[in-house]
Amino acid sequence: MASADLMDFDKALELFEPVVGFEVHVELSTQTKMFSSAPNPAAMEAAGVDPNTCLTPLCIGLPGSLPVVNGTAVEYSISLGLALGCDIAPVSRFARKNYFYPDLGKNYQISQYDEPIAFEGSVAVELDDGSLVDVPIERAHMEEDAGKLTHVGGATGRIQGAEYSLVDYNRAGVPLVEIVTKPIEGLEHRVGELGRAYVSTVRDMVRALGISHARMERGNLRCDANVSLRPRGQKEYGTRTETKNVNSFRSIERAVRYEVQRQAAILAAGGSITQETRHWHEDTGVTSPGRPKSDADDYRYFPEPDLLPVEASSELVESLRAALPEQPVEMRRRLKGNWKFSDVDFQAIVNAGLLPEVHATIEAGVDPAAARKWWMGELSRIANDRGVEPGSLATPEGIKGLQHLIDQGRLNDKLARTVLLAMVDGEGSPEEIVAARGLEVVSDDGALIAAIDEALAADPGVLDKIREGKVQAAGAIIGAVMKAMRGSADAARVRELIIERAHQSS
Amino acid sequence: MSDITHVSAAEIARSLAQGEISSVEVTTAYLARMEATEGVLGSFLARSSNALEVAAASDQARSRGETPSALAGVPIAIKDVLCTTDMVTTAGSRILEGWIPPYDATVVTKLRQAGMVALGKTNMDEFAMGSSTEHSGYHVTKNPWDITRAPGGSGGGSAAAVAARQAPVAIGSDTGGSIRQPAAFTGTVGVKPTYGGVSRYGVIALASSLDQVGPVSRTVEDAALLHDVIAGHDPHDSTSIPTPWPSMADAARKGSQAESLAGVRVGIVKQLVGEGISPAVKQRFDQAVDLISAHGGEVVEIDAPHCEYAVAAYYLVLPAEASSNLAKFDSVRFGLRVTPEGNPTVEDVMSATRDQGFGDEVKRRIILGTYALSAGYYDAYYGSAQKVRTLIQRDFAQAFEKVDVLLSPAAPTSAFPLGEKLEDPLAMWAGDLTTIPVNLAGIPGMSIPMGLAKDDGLPTGLQLMAPAYQDARLYELGATLERLITDRDGVMLSMTTPEVI
Repeated sequence: MASADLMDFDKALELFEPVVGFEVHVELSTQTKMFSSAPNPAAMEAAGVDPNTCLTPLCIGLPGSLPVVNGTAVEYSISLGLALGCDIAPVSRFARKNYFYPDLGKNYQISQYDEPIAFEGSVAVELDDGSLVDVPIERAHMEEDAGKLTHVGGATGRIQGAEYSLVDYNRAGVPLVEIVTKPIEGLEHRVGELGRAYVSTVRDMVRALGISHARMERGNLRCDANVSLRPRGQKEYGTRTETKNVNSFRSIERAVRYEVQRQAAILAAGGSITQETRHWHEDTGVTSPGRPKSDADDYRYFPEPDLLPVEASSELVESLRAALPEQPVEMRRRLKGNWKFSDVDFQAIVNAGLLPEVHATIEAGVDPAAARKWWMGELSRIANDRGVEPGSLATPEGIKGLQHLIDQGRLNDKLARTVLLAMVDGEGSPEEIVAARGLEVVSDDGALIAAIDEALAADPGVLDKIREGKVQAAGAIIGAVMKAMRGSADAARVRELIIERAHQSS
Repeated sequence: MSDITHVSAAEIARSLAQGEISSVEVTTAYLARMEATEGVLGSFLARSSNALEVAAASDQARSRGETPSALAGVPIAIKDVLCTTDMVTTAGSRILEGWIPPYDATVVTKLRQAGMVALGKTNMDEFAMGSSTEHSGYHVTKNPWDITRAPGGSGGGSAAAVAARQAPVAIGSDTGGSIRQPAAFTGTVGVKPTYGGVSRYGVIALASSLDQVGPVSRTVEDAALLHDVIAGHDPHDSTSIPTPWPSMADAARKGSQAESLAGVRVGIVKQLVGEGISPAVKQRFDQAVDLISAHGGEVVEIDAPHCEYAVAAYYLVLPAEASSNLAKFDSVRFGLRVTPEGNPTVEDVMSATRDQGFGDEVKRRIILGTYALSAGYYDAYYGSAQKVRTLIQRDFAQAFEKVDVLLSPAAPTSAFPLGEKLEDPLAMWAGDLTTIPVNLAGIPGMSIPMGLAKDDGLPTGLQLMAPAYQDARLYELGATLERLITDRDGVMLSMTTPEVI
């Protein structure tokens, strides 16, 4: 979309007040699916299970198959509801949401409708400047995920224009909790930032609860952003759009800001907003219209007759409440103090969504500064190049092993980066990579001295300069030695040897 | 040899136990009977290809001292609504033509574990929608008592097969009377257990909150023996009842030996014996009531006012659930696929498949159910129907505070002529008025023969109803009444089906 169709963000906010709401889907990491004994791909460490291998008759809607509720998924959902500050319904109910689409084997989705398991909550979210915002939660309900369609043969990879489509039902029936916020007003310039901070808080929360891997790049955590504008002074909400496919923290912020700018331009020109689903395009940074959402959408909800109501006894709820981990905001404040990071450094980690990784790495025994350096530096850079989440690239144990080799002096910074890249590419543990590739720092003085001699032969004046006190002149020789040794030398040791040499030959 | 098709399943079991006959011999006799009569009756949609092998295995097991159940080695017919891995399963629909499920229904697994010998899959109205078996996507089944008459439905195949001695017992399914009404039409015994008593796993769903699998037989004891085989908790069916059941066979045997009905309180549901009941059926019903009184039973009239709305409520709940349950038949993963000319979308293919694969009655109910669930209509239709359901349950609960069992005719008429109601769906639906309240309330119901109608000489059925979980009470009293009626008539009606050929 041309920028002419967008209004400047600040100008948009002069004219209109933005109201946002978020629907976050969390895939639970239970061993089996929501309503069947099929293995749950969202529980698997490795990505990329072969298509249509995690199936029971229910997952593909075979005649005669019946759902049975996964008790662990219910417990996970209650824990999440409690962490979101919600009331837990003593009795909640599943309903059928009916619509024909090939990603649903039964052509209905089992979801919760008017009787969700958790409702009326609130989550404290910390913004970049450290201020806290309470995000009001309307409900959190249980449902099953749908399968995945791959459209083949079209130009866009979408169903329109495709020659045919492939269906993978592995994801069909994966347990989901959908968390729906109430409309959030009064955030003004920070609406996008709030969306990012909120989803990152939910991610930290479900990770701390241990109920989801919460990898956005794998779709374990998905966010739909609802945005509407109302003219300043107007009480009623404007028409909203629902932007889907917003699958990174950064893109949530961008998508919200984009919709504010797009809608403002339309409204200011006297147009009206179509109530519709829109798709976020990460590459171009725009949203495009999907299906119009109108009264024509009639899901014919009715209570799922194959399932009994879900009962949550007060004993169960209280035992789950007692086991709740620290709230994300409290945990952040505690960690920041423990690690002694500056506000800026700590906030940068939170904003990057890397707090769980850094935390786990420090817990594994790595020095906080080193943990921060790896995640915020090299791993973020590689992730950015490859368009994936940093969390998918390395494990805390891997970083620990790598840092240990550095601390022992067996790797220098340059070699360590090479080893890290090999780790990311799955070549094994740091020790294995060092052994296999022969990447260790050369600590044999004999080899270093030979290389130094060779470099000095080409530039004999250096030793005199050092003797005259111009120690920085050693830099040229260090550079030459490092080059000759292909980086596998300990630069500090080379420097020592050169200075030693200068004083010996005086 | 052919005699073995003239006796009850209990009698076959006794002969097998005493070594007087083998399962192979019994099975051979029934297969021969099926071969001889099937061309006339059309009870079956599929025949087992390995019945004799299963029978031989049963004989071998018995020779090793293994008898996994009272009915081990006894043949059985299975309604085509249950999934079987070794026989095509269609639920009477062309949309599933040729489909072989990758799994057995829990009930089928139990039959196999019990050592029973499946003979084949029986004909039914498509997806169990109908009361005459004329809505089968394949062929019409004839009533063995008069082959110009309907055998009832939807389980006309199972009822006709048992009545005509093609099988000693059969499995049926009952959503609004599909076991009991065909039993009444064919002079057999049919039972709809308490909702949740028998697993629905692997039973192709019509209306999930109403469907229940049950036995079809020629004697109350046979139904009880089969009930004991198929009942019990199934973790694959969330609506299955976890509490264990008493032996229905013991209850039936106890009932058959009862000297009198002294102390038994019987209620006649006013709303189920009035309008719509044919004079000939009413006359047989009154005789049955007189028989009870004459043997010391206490008979009282019961008012269940909301039964008046049962048919209307049923024809909202059922289509609503069915419209959703039948959405899976879309050609994408299994079953029929019709691909229209040109460059069709997946919606076009789904639509063409459903248009060609479903019959008119199925389409009628899907459209009705879709409408009843639509936004803006839900409360008025589905919501109201569920309220009626609650009121009917309350009526029955109050009635069972006063009486042990309730009685009504099992069907308002005897078997009607084939074709008579085919073009008049409302008349067809009205014929379910006596059986539907039982499904809506989730209670058990049984139909036993109560004599031939005076006008057309065809069987009539007496319906017994008990509180939920009290299925054994039906078997006890049912067996007593069966004996009293047999003593009165001098012959057991279910054993007197005409020869057909």
